[in-house]
Amino acid sequence: MNSPKKTWFAFPYILWIIGFTLIPLGLVLYYAFTGADGGFTLANVLAITEPVHLKSLWTSLKMAFLTTLICFILAYPLGLVLCSLNLKKSNFIIFLFILPMWMNFLLRTMAWQLILSTNGVLNTLLGFLHLPKVHIIYTFQAVLIGMVYDFLPFMILPIYNSLSSIGDDVVEAGKDLGAGYFTILRKIIFPLSLPGVISGITMVFVPSMTSFVISNILGGSNTLLIGNIIEQEFTYNFNWNLGSGLSFVLLVFTLISMGLMSVFDKSEGGTNKW
Amino acid sequence: MSNRLIDLQHITKIFDGEKILDDLNLYIRENEFLTLLGPSGCGKTTTLRIIGGFLFPDEGSVIFDGKNITQLAPNKRQLNTVFQKYALFPNMNVAENIAFGLRIKKKSKAYIDDKIKYALKLVNLDGYEKRKIDALSGGQQQRIAIARAIVNEPKVLLLDEPLGALDLKMRQDMQYELIRLKNELGITFVYVTHDQEEALTMSDTIVVMNGGYIQQIGTPEDIYNEPQNAFVADFIGDSNLLGGTMIQDRLVEILGAKFLCVDEGFGTNNPVDVVIRPEDVELVKPEVGIIKGRVTSVIFKGVHYEMTVLANNFEWLVHSTDMYPADSEVGIFVKPFNIQIMHKPESEDEKAVDINE
Repeated sequence: MNSPKKTWFAFPYILWIIGFTLIPLGLVLYYAFTGADGGFTLANVLAITEPVHLKSLWTSLKMAFLTTLICFILAYPLGLVLCSLNLKKSNFIIFLFILPMWMNFLLRTMAWQLILSTNGVLNTLLGFLHLPKVHIIYTFQAVLIGMVYDFLPFMILPIYNSLSSIGDDVVEAGKDLGAGYFTILRKIIFPLSLPGVISGITMVFVPSMTSFVISNILGGSNTLLIGNIIEQEFTYNFNWNLGSGLSFVLLVFTLISMGLMSVFDKSEGGTNKW
Repeated sequence: MSNRLIDLQHITKIFDGEKILDDLNLYIRENEFLTLLGPSGCGKTTTLRIIGGFLFPDEGSVIFDGKNITQLAPNKRQLNTVFQKYALFPNMNVAENIAFGLRIKKKSKAYIDDKIKYALKLVNLDGYEKRKIDALSGGQQQRIAIARAIVNEPKVLLLDEPLGALDLKMRQDMQYELIRLKNELGITFVYVTHDQEEALTMSDTIVVMNGGYIQQIGTPEDIYNEPQNAFVADFIGDSNLLGGTMIQDRLVEILGAKFLCVDEGFGTNNPVDVVIRPEDVELVKPEVGIIKGRVTSVIFKGVHYEMTVLANNFEWLVHSTDMYPADSEVGIFVKPFNIQIMHKPESEDEKAVDINE
């Protein structure tokens, strides 16, 4: 296994990790803990306690939590339905859910801007039905809709994978021992699908916590996520130090949430796949 | 009638336009160890799944203890199944697996704990309560699967090739375990297997199935000694299957030679199938035998020698403790009561094996 020749294969990846993970991370840390004059300071990190930053961090957490919850509520029943279909049908439906991912992320989000805008597709449709217009664009809800739409496939795939790997035989054994459908779902299917659920939650929570593009397009200036604040610091205010300080805080929050997930995962006896 | 616990009446099951079971009628008595035996695709597992409620028949009814349960869901039936691949719940430990059915029935904790202890003792795995399922060997998992089923005190235990995944030694041990369990529990076992040795060892009654039909129902001795048709004879044990002509009662012509037998009522000059077990073929001096032949191969099998003898253009399989070297001239003799005469199959469906004419 460890013949010296084969270790050469790892070389490109090591370069990749150094160039695109370690160095940028080091730079973020450097900027985060230095001031404009280059001296050490905690001010950039502690800037998170400013009300405007705290508020956007809170909005981000809320957004990420709700996005993850809605994605889970949509994806899990779908996964159960897909598993009850034959393989051909379920693969086709999975394909339909993945299809939008082949289009550009920005285009998809902009499509939602067209649908939700004041004179957009949704309100035109409501007008036809003689219903009052809704003002939804540039609100928290609009961003939430965009996030759920964009991240739903990342919840569906791992859940479907873990559900479809559960054998019919354990479900039949449950029935045989007198359990009804919901008991089987609660005591057998759900615990066995936990690894997929957890990897789905991680894959949706982390990007929706850090995203700023969706909120830029659908949230306007009303919904400032922590990602938007960081982006502004880098691109408009050119305050790389403050931007890095806030990024560092966000990174810590993300790591904590992932850590919590992995603790939960292990306590349930699932396998750690992500 | 009164002790018929399960009664399958006119069961027909069709998958994708193919009849898996065709008008199957079978009753299972209380406290019986009944084995459904047959090659894969014969309908034995389908029959078991219909009894268990995992499949519903297209026609016919399932009567359980006097009640029609044809359409009843499996979780409402008073029987439990030991699945082929054990189907233990990997997210629970041994005790939780065994307690599963009892917890659904809302039994008290003390009752459940007692039952777990009792069941583990019964399957010789005391003290395994806290073990993880994936830390158990195949044989241990099998025992837990049995324990999980029997704590519910079912009237019938359904076993779907439960020993199929075990190695030979373990399989033999488990056969004795199952017989002991059945005797201790005093409940009905319905057992599915394709292994004729398992069936012969454990069963009170064997149901030989093929092509969706029951070929023969009987005790292991009946099935082995008095197979009703060529399929049963061929499937149970080794045998010499021959085409013959019943010349008259107690006289059959096989391979151009006349053999005395004990069967009557097959008419005169009627074509029949004949089965002679290899241990019933006696090798004697050429001039004493009914027909003459030449030994073509000898294999030492431990308890006996397995020899093939070419005589009258048929390769006879012979089991004997006396060895005749290859190429030696021998005579073949069969005692009259060791010749089993069977009717020719009446339809293509029943014709499961090709007979050497």
